[in-house]
Amino acid sequence: MKVFVDEDKCCGAGSCVLSALEVFDQRDEDGVVVLLDAEPAEHLHAAVHEAVQVCPAAAITVA
Amino acid sequence: MTSTTDPAGHSPAEAPDYPMPRAEGCPFDPPPALRDLQEQARVTRVKLWDGSTPWLVTRHADQRAVLTDPRVSANMTHPTYPRQAAGPGGTLSFIGMDDPEHARLRRMVGPVFMVKRVEEMRPMVQRIVDEAIDDLLAGPNPADLVEAFALPVPSLVICKLLDVPYGDHDFFQANSKTMINRNSTPDERMAASGRLAEYLGRLVAEKLEKPGDDLLSRLGEKIKAGELTIRQATEMAVLLLIAGHETTANMIALSTALLLRNPDQLALLRDSDDPKLAHSAVEEMLRYLNITHGGRRRVALEDMEVAGCPVKAGEGLVLPNDIANRDPEVFTEPDRLDITRSARHHVAFGFGVHQCLGQPLARLELEIVYRSLYRRVPNLALATDFEKVPFKHDGFVYGVYELPVTW
Repeated sequence: MKVFVDEDKCCGAGSCVLSALEVFDQRDEDGVVVLLDAEPAEHLHAAVHEAVQVCPAAAITVA
Repeated sequence: MTSTTDPAGHSPAEAPDYPMPRAEGCPFDPPPALRDLQEQARVTRVKLWDGSTPWLVTRHADQRAVLTDPRVSANMTHPTYPRQAAGPGGTLSFIGMDDPEHARLRRMVGPVFMVKRVEEMRPMVQRIVDEAIDDLLAGPNPADLVEAFALPVPSLVICKLLDVPYGDHDFFQANSKTMINRNSTPDERMAASGRLAEYLGRLVAEKLEKPGDDLLSRLGEKIKAGELTIRQATEMAVLLLIAGHETTANMIALSTALLLRNPDQLALLRDSDDPKLAHSAVEEMLRYLNITHGGRRRVALEDMEVAGCPVKAGEGLVLPNDIANRDPEVFTEPDRLDITRSARHHVAFGFGVHQCLGQPLARLELEIVYRSLYRRVPNLALATDFEKVPFKHDGFVYGVYELPVTW
């Protein structure tokens, strides 16, 4: 799995952090998404899929 | 106006009134007429208080699609924006604006509501909840849970965050109550909003002189840097103060009323030590009880299609989250309260770039309340007939006016 984030789209709701703390964080200055792990291990895939589903701004994609 | 019928077979003249009344005796469920519409069609016309006939989107998937569509606007000053009531068409800061200005303003306060910053507030929120329970138990029995607990907890939290003196809570609670009541006249609403703006404007000005470590001081820094006007900062402060206490207060009281009607679910929550259960209970309560029951409002900026239905530029869109959160295509047995289910994809906080900024804080407050209140007051019970509990059918924010409880 490869994870991509679009900082311009992000509205800083923090849903992704709640889903997958190991993969996503938020930037101190404005709360915008920070990708911690672009190729997360398999046990995190379900959590990343949840993050994609709940992201209100469609700022996260996976390939 | 055209004479063509909508996908549910209504001509604009026959469009049903929105909002619709709830069923007698079912104050936690969406209005039956709204459910009927959801079964009939994905998009229907409805008639608002001013005679306008915007489109109502009934399905979870379609609402999410609209709320993430750049061709729709949240601009509350747009002439055909489907407004909830008459009155001054103020913007109430960034929630009534579109990007890029919306994103610019929202990101100024974003860090305060970041998941990790909110998590740092956990001990403070726990202390506030514990002390509120101490006060409740030390006070008269029976008591009104709204007055004695549900309103003080989030008010104290937002006051700490903004550094607003909690001693002024009677003032700002009374004014925000007027602002969010559908029965207030436009003049009353404008006067209340003016008083709040004056009050918070004065606090912002004080923070410009003597900054501290709080949200108003942060806005003061942005004013000094020329990124924000005092007026914009004041609008933002009013928004945060109202949104910060009204919504969560209503969730606390309403979910307690719901749990008292569902003792099996209450027992499950009270007797479990599993933090995961408290988290899933928060999401299920948010799904089941939609306190923003007037729905999200938008206006189409271009001709477009919503779920196959043509929508013209300038037409309004109403997206009731209560019915989306009971969509059987998305939630199994949607009318069953099940605090063990996974309901994270509900739209109680909205969807799209306007999704609630304060949601990590709301979740934290609810989780701590759910883990503390019922455990410390295990024999909590209604002190009146359920039929006598006054529900806020006339509020922009749904809830109960009071909840008499005993223990």
